[in-house]
Amino acid sequence: MISGGIIVCVLSGFMLALLAPWLYRVGRRATAWILALLPFIQLMYFVSLAGPIARGEVFVFSSPWVPGLKINLSFYLDGLSLLFALLISGIGTLVVIYAGGYLAGHHQLGRFYAYLFMFMASMLGAVLANNVITLFVFWELTSLSSYVLIGFDHEREIARRAALQALLVTGVGGLALLAGLLLLGQVGGSLELSTLLNQGEVVRAHHLYLPILLLILAGAFTKSAQFPFHFWLPSAMEAPTPVSAYLHSATMVKAGVYLLARLGPVLGGSDAWHYLVTLAGAVTMLVGAALALFQTDLKRLLAYSTVSALGILTLLIGLDTALSIQAAMVFLLAHAFYKGALFLVAGAVDHETGTRDVTQLGGLRHVMPITAVAACLAALSMAGLPPLLGFISKELLYEAKLQAPRAAPLITGAGVLANVLLVAVAGIVGVRPFFRERMATPKNPHEAPLSLWLGPVILAGLGFIIGLLPNTLAGPLVSPAVTAVRAEPSEVTLALWHGLNPVLLLSVLTLASGMGVYLGQGVVRRATSRLEPIAQWGPARWYDVALEGLNALARIQTRLLQSGYLRYYLLMIIGATVGLTTYTLAARGGFPRPDGATDVRFYEGGVAALISLAAVAAVRARSRLAAVAALGVVGYGVALVYVLFGAPDLAMTQVLIESLTVILLVLVFYHLPRFASLSTQRARYRDVLVAVAAGGVMAALVLAATSIRFHPPISDYFAEKSLVQAHGRNVVNVILVDFRGMDTLGEITVLALAGIGAYALLKLRLERKESG
Amino acid sequence: METILAVVIGVLYATGIYMMLRRSLVKLIIGLSLLSNGANLLIFTVGRLTRARAPFVPEGADALQPPYADPLPQALILTAIVISFGVLGFVVVLFHRAYQTVGTDDLDEMKATDT
Repeated sequence: MISGGIIVCVLSGFMLALLAPWLYRVGRRATAWILALLPFIQLMYFVSLAGPIARGEVFVFSSPWVPGLKINLSFYLDGLSLLFALLISGIGTLVVIYAGGYLAGHHQLGRFYAYLFMFMASMLGAVLANNVITLFVFWELTSLSSYVLIGFDHEREIARRAALQALLVTGVGGLALLAGLLLLGQVGGSLELSTLLNQGEVVRAHHLYLPILLLILAGAFTKSAQFPFHFWLPSAMEAPTPVSAYLHSATMVKAGVYLLARLGPVLGGSDAWHYLVTLAGAVTMLVGAALALFQTDLKRLLAYSTVSALGILTLLIGLDTALSIQAAMVFLLAHAFYKGALFLVAGAVDHETGTRDVTQLGGLRHVMPITAVAACLAALSMAGLPPLLGFISKELLYEAKLQAPRAAPLITGAGVLANVLLVAVAGIVGVRPFFRERMATPKNPHEAPLSLWLGPVILAGLGFIIGLLPNTLAGPLVSPAVTAVRAEPSEVTLALWHGLNPVLLLSVLTLASGMGVYLGQGVVRRATSRLEPIAQWGPARWYDVALEGLNALARIQTRLLQSGYLRYYLLMIIGATVGLTTYTLAARGGFPRPDGATDVRFYEGGVAALISLAAVAAVRARSRLAAVAALGVVGYGVALVYVLFGAPDLAMTQVLIESLTVILLVLVFYHLPRFASLSTQRARYRDVLVAVAAGGVMAALVLAATSIRFHPPISDYFAEKSLVQAHGRNVVNVILVDFRGMDTLGEITVLALAGIGAYALLKLRLERKESG
Repeated sequence: METILAVVIGVLYATGIYMMLRRSLVKLIIGLSLLSNGANLLIFTVGRLTRARAPFVPEGADALQPPYADPLPQALILTAIVISFGVLGFVVVLFHRAYQTVGTDDLDEMKATDT
């Protein structure tokens, strides 16, 4: 009963997406607050399930979707899904309210709500799905809604470009994911995740394990912007800020991380998993943090730091120890709070001052005090200062890295380096715009309205409160999530104070160095600006080159295949038919030996010769009338063949139709121009060659077909039943009007359409546009 | 006899295709007509030739008496003959109309949608 609520949660989002534009027309400014009720109710629902799930329950809902393919619309709610569902619905509530203020007055706000709810529902579906195909469908829906949201400001080319880039990168990954999931389903013997989770041994021992792993990792890495696919995420900052905060920081980009965590019990534990995931995570963590430092745009700074955070999460999942998974889950929570808050702050600052350039911002604490408090709290959490949640998470992070099963010093070193850079970024984004001296900005800033500061304050506040009471508030959420990922009961104890130990030392070191980098940012930037030409050849460039290559390929094949000349299309079709048929006949030994033409009566031979000669005459005729006459001879000759071989009905029809054809052609050709020699000699030789080859193949085909009989003719049935059942002696007629009556009806329809078409063409008076 | 008819079919296909590859609209129509005759004859031949009676139930019998010509290909061809006439009629009118509008019967000059 309770689990039925899951599908209601998912589907209600899609319903509301449909209704949102209409609601906006009615509700106007209040719409955001009304719409936010849905994610809020969902949040309450998931909170109410937190208790049972902490006690170890899981909820499964299943309803058949495509039973023939074993695809169910099934959902699975355990600790891991719950953690994500809470983030999606909780941050979703705040983002909807925020969007109402941020985009107030935008003429397409109704449409924006529709997209946003479509995303929210898809994302919930993706993290709750139990069937891998269901998971894939929702996964792709998030990519699609991300596409329309990034390109929401579709009149700017750069936004459209960024949207397409995100769609293509995640879309290609999505295809790989689909292949991986299907293989996984085949190897594991089920498409349901709840069953697959127990098949880890089988899957890892299977010879398809590596392909499955690589395909699924490709899906997860593109979605979660892991190096070298990270470039789409900073570009995606073209989206309106609520979208960046929600999709491209808190939820969608973490879908890849979710997938890794979800499939950890199935795919994890092998060397390949360990090295691939850890390496990708570590590189992404460093690259993201390093590139963040060179940005001046608030949102791009945040985007690169998000890339880095995603790298950290991936790295932790790759380490695959109890501690690292714990750290990952806590960091997931901490990051969602502080990064969501910082993004929303960035939007509010942009909204009030008209710029996002950090070099132009300063002293905003006087005019935007509430936003400033939220920003600083979030930044301090990002920097990892006690007593905030970010501190707890960073402590866990270092502890996990120090105890990494392999290369611990290397990983810890990289982690410290990345975190040092992130401390500096936190300062640049969350502290500096509010301190220093006031600077002139394009707009005269005021405190942001309630809808714009509510989100940051709640998110930053949560980071603070949970930091103070980690065990009471975060423990019940994190423990079941870790249990789900580790596939073994885990109890997590979180505390602010761990005593004087190496971890604390690393934290202090990180903070001190981070401050140093923050203060010396100018120096660092100058020193590394020489690296910029190298950065131009980064993965974003590869994407451009690949896209251009694809377009060039499309142009070439279009030029080759779509010439616009009828005869080249015909040549291609005929050539392919001749080639393939010849090959098949040769390969199967189907070339028949002529029977020596013994059984031929002289008049039959005469008719055959007549048809052939007349056909050639039709080709060689210099005048139109001669050609039509020759055509008539061919037709009447064919009618004679029908007469000779027991088909009087056919002969009658053929004579009638042939006569009509000749009359029609004579009448119309009178109005058409004389034959002209248009083709070159060479083209004629080529066409003769093709035509003769085609004729030869058809002749061979006829002989091959007549020399084999695969099964008894079905005509026996008609022969037997014609009189008895259909009361007709002429079996051909009975077939046409009775046994295959519907076919004849279709034939009449075709004729009627041709007649109507011809009539319309004759009556049509093409209106010539008078262009004066 | 199948061998001879196979050759005739080959000739009809070859001439029909050759005419369809020409640039002139009028020749294309002739090619189309030759090709449909060839196709009909092909179905007829592949359905087995019998110099026997037409598939007609004689008086006094309640089923066909072998040997008889196979009625099924005949029914198919009957449909095909009529349909190909419908197509031919439509094509002829279409080309006539196109010629009136464009002023040429050279297919190479009919590549653009603008007149």
